[in-house]
Amino acid sequence: MFELKNVEKRYPGVHVLKGVDFHINDGEIVGLVGENGAGKSTLMKIIYGAVQPDAGTVLIDGKPVHFRHPRDAMRAGIGMVYQEQSLIPNLTVMENIFLGFEAPFVRMGAINWRKMAKAARHQLGKVKLDIDPATITSRLTFAQRQLVELAKVLALEERVEGKLVILLDEPTSVLSRKEIDLLFDVVRELRRRASFIFVSHRLDEILTLSDRVYVLKDGVIVDVVNGKEARVESIQKKMVGRDINEEYYREDRQLDYRDDKILLELDRVVCKGRPHEISFKLHAGEVLALVGVEGAGREKILRSIFGMTRPEKGSIRVEGEPMRAFSVSNSVAHGVGYIPRERKIEGIAGGMNVYENMTLSQLKDYSTGGVLKLGAEHELARDWIRKLSIKVPSENADCGNLSGGNQQKVVLAKWRSSGSRIIMLDHPTRGLDIGAKEDVYDMVREMSEKGVGVILIADTLEEAIGLSHTIAVVKDGEIKQWFNCQPGSKPSPYDLIRYMV
Amino acid sequence: MVPHISAETIRRWVPLFVLLGLVLFFTALNPHFFSVRNFARIAISATPALMVAVGVTFVILMGSIDLSMEGTIAVAAVMFALILNRLGGSVVGVGGLAIPGALVVGAALGAINGLIHVKLKIPSFMASLSLGFVGVGLSLLITGGDRILIDDPVFRSLLTVRFGGFPLMTYVALFCLVVAWFIQANTTIGRNFYAIGGGEELARGSGLNVGRLRIIAFVIAGVFYALGAILAVARLGIAETETGRNFMFVSITSVVVGGTALAGGSGGVWNTLIGVLIVNVIGNGMVVIGLPDYFQDGMLGLLVISAVYLSMDRRAFSFVK
Repeated sequence: MFELKNVEKRYPGVHVLKGVDFHINDGEIVGLVGENGAGKSTLMKIIYGAVQPDAGTVLIDGKPVHFRHPRDAMRAGIGMVYQEQSLIPNLTVMENIFLGFEAPFVRMGAINWRKMAKAARHQLGKVKLDIDPATITSRLTFAQRQLVELAKVLALEERVEGKLVILLDEPTSVLSRKEIDLLFDVVRELRRRASFIFVSHRLDEILTLSDRVYVLKDGVIVDVVNGKEARVESIQKKMVGRDINEEYYREDRQLDYRDDKILLELDRVVCKGRPHEISFKLHAGEVLALVGVEGAGREKILRSIFGMTRPEKGSIRVEGEPMRAFSVSNSVAHGVGYIPRERKIEGIAGGMNVYENMTLSQLKDYSTGGVLKLGAEHELARDWIRKLSIKVPSENADCGNLSGGNQQKVVLAKWRSSGSRIIMLDHPTRGLDIGAKEDVYDMVREMSEKGVGVILIADTLEEAIGLSHTIAVVKDGEIKQWFNCQPGSKPSPYDLIRYMV
Repeated sequence: MVPHISAETIRRWVPLFVLLGLVLFFTALNPHFFSVRNFARIAISATPALMVAVGVTFVILMGSIDLSMEGTIAVAAVMFALILNRLGGSVVGVGGLAIPGALVVGAALGAINGLIHVKLKIPSFMASLSLGFVGVGLSLLITGGDRILIDDPVFRSLLTVRFGGFPLMTYVALFCLVVAWFIQANTTIGRNFYAIGGGEELARGSGLNVGRLRIIAFVIAGVFYALGAILAVARLGIAETETGRNFMFVSITSVVVGGTALAGGSGGVWNTLIGVLIVNVIGNGMVVIGLPDYFQDGMLGLLVISAVYLSMDRRAFSFVK
C-alpha cells in the first residue's frame, strides 16, 4: 500500500497542498480530479519523486520513504506515464524501455542487443503491443507510444520488490475512442501487477475506470468518492464549489459594451489541425472569455488572431478591415496586443529594462530615421509606471528581476501605450498573489472603460465569469456554448463545466 | 534605496578589473611596459582587431555567430588595394573611392552571409564559416596569391602621423567605435538586436521583423570588417589574402573576454573595447617580459574559458551542445 500523510507544499506566495492525505491499495485504480491549479500536478510530482514535500510523510507498506528524485521513486516501484510523452523519439523502442537501466544487457562494455530485444518483447507483451522492439520510436502512433511508455514503467516490475504504483497523467487526451478502450482493457488486466493513479479532465472516463476518486480543490482533498456510485455532476460541483466574491472581480465596474462598434470579427475561421469553424465578434469595451480545459484549442484561436499561425479557412476582420497578411507585425500594426502565458519567454525580455520593454513594439513612434528618442521613451515609461503603479526603483530597472505582477504590468503597459485596441490576455493572473491579481482586474475594467476589447483566457472559471461580458465554452477546438455574463445574471461555474468536460 | 553591489554588477565590471590587473602585473615585471611608446604599439596592433570585434559584437548580441571575418577582410583588403591602385594610387582624389568601395564589398558579403543564414535557415555558425572560406578563396583568385603594395603616403599617414604619441588610425578606430556605440544605444536596430538576443519569441511577438534584422546585423558586421581590413592594410602597407589571417580567433576571443554573452542579449561595444585591449595587452606584455609567443595562445585560450564560465548562467541550460 502506498500512502501520503498530511503532505504540505508551498511555493513562494502560494500554498499548493494543504495537508493532503492519500492512499492507494495494491491492485486498486484511483482517480484524481481537480480544476487547473488545484494542485494535481504538484501532488503527482510528490508521488513520483520530482518534488519534495515541505512536510508530511510518504509511506510504502507502512514504512516511511524519502524520494530525492524520480529514480528513487522508481526503485521503490513508482512509475510515471507522462502526458507529454517522455520517450526519446530518435531511439528505438527497446532503448527507450531500458533507458538508464541497460546494465543487465551489458557485457564487457558492449550491449547485447538480442538479449535486450527479447526482454523488450516481454515487456511489450504485457501491454499487448506487437511491434518490433528495434523500431525507431518516432515511427509509432501516439497510442502505440503511450503503450510503450506503459511497458517501460512496467519493466520496473522485475527490478523492484513489491507491487508497482503507476501514475497515468491525462493518458487519453490524444487517443481515439477505440484506443482508449484498448488502453483501459490493458490497465484493468494489469491490476494484478500494479495499482494505478489516473488523472484526467474527462470525468466519465475516470468514473468508468476508477475504484475510488479523490477530488482536489485549492490544495485540499475535498472528497473521496466511490467510483461505482459517484455521478459526474456531483464531482463537478465539488471541484468548483466556492463562493464568488463580486467585489473581488470588480463587477460593480462592469459596464455595458458598445454593441454598435465591432473591433474584431472572426468569420468561420478554421484553425490548423482542428476541423471546426469558429465565428465570433468582439465589441469595444467587451471582455470575452474563452473557457475550456487545457488543450481545448483556446490558445490556437489567440495565436491565429495575433498572426502567429495562418488559419486554414475563414476570415478575420479588425475594425471591418480583413486581415490578408498573417504576420505578427501586421497584427501589431492593426492594434492587436497579446499577453502570453509564458511571461519569461514571450512577454518580457530579461536583460532589458522597463522602458526598453515597453517601447519594443512601438519603436517606430519613438525614433526619427532610426535614431531613438530616448527622452520620450523615459517619459512614457515613467508615465505608465505611475498609471499602473508598477513597483520599480526606476524605469531603468532590469525587467528580469521584477515580480510576476510587475512584469505583467510592464507587458500591459507596452500594449496599452502603443494604442492597442484589442488585447488578448492568456492567463494574466497565473502565479500572481491576490493583491497583484486585483490590480490586473482593475486594469481589465479600465481597459473596458476606454473602449478596448479584451479576449481573456482566465486562470479559473470564477475569474472568467467574474470579469467577462460574454463567455464562449471551447471544447476540442469548437465553441460549444455561449453565455451572457451581465452582472446579476452570471452563469455558475457548474453551468460552464457541463460543456467543458 | 540602499545601494548594494550585486553579483550581476560585479560580473559586469570583471573585464575592466582584469585589464587593469594585467597592466599592473606587466608593469611590475617590466616598468617599460607602462609607457606611451608601448601603449601606442598596443594601440596599433589593437585597432584593426577592434573594428572586426565590434562588427561581430552586433551579431553575437543577437545570439548568432559570424565566423566569416577572415574571408571578408581578405576580399575587402584586396579590393581596396586594387581600386586604389587602379584609380591613381592615392586616397586623395578619385582613389579615395577605394574606401567606400571596400565598405560596399564588406556590406555585400555580410548581406550574402545574412541572406544564406536567414533565407536558407542554415545556422549562422555554418553559413558564416563556409562563406569565410569562400572569401579566402575569392581573394586568392583575385590576387593570384600576390601581395599588393600600397605606397600612398597620405594613406600611410594613418600609421605614420601621430598625435600625442598615438597614430592617426587609433583615432579613426575610436571614432568608428563611437559610431558603433551610437548604433547600439541610440537606434531602433541596436535596441532590436538586444531584443532578439534576449528572446527571439518575444521579439517576434512584439512585431519585429527578426529575419530582416538579422540580415542587417550581418551587413553592419561586414562593414566593420571592411574598416578593419582598411586599417590592417594601412598598418602594413600590403594587401593580400593573409591580411585576414588570425582575426577570427582574436575578434571572437575579444568579444567573449569583454563580457558579451555568447547567448546574446547582454554586453556591447564597450565590452568589446575592453576585450580587445585585454587580448592585446596580454600579447604585448608577454613579449615585453620576454616570454615566447606560444604562451600567448595558451593564455588566451584559458582566458576565453574563464570568461565564458563567468558570463554564462549555466542553470539556464540543461545541455551544453
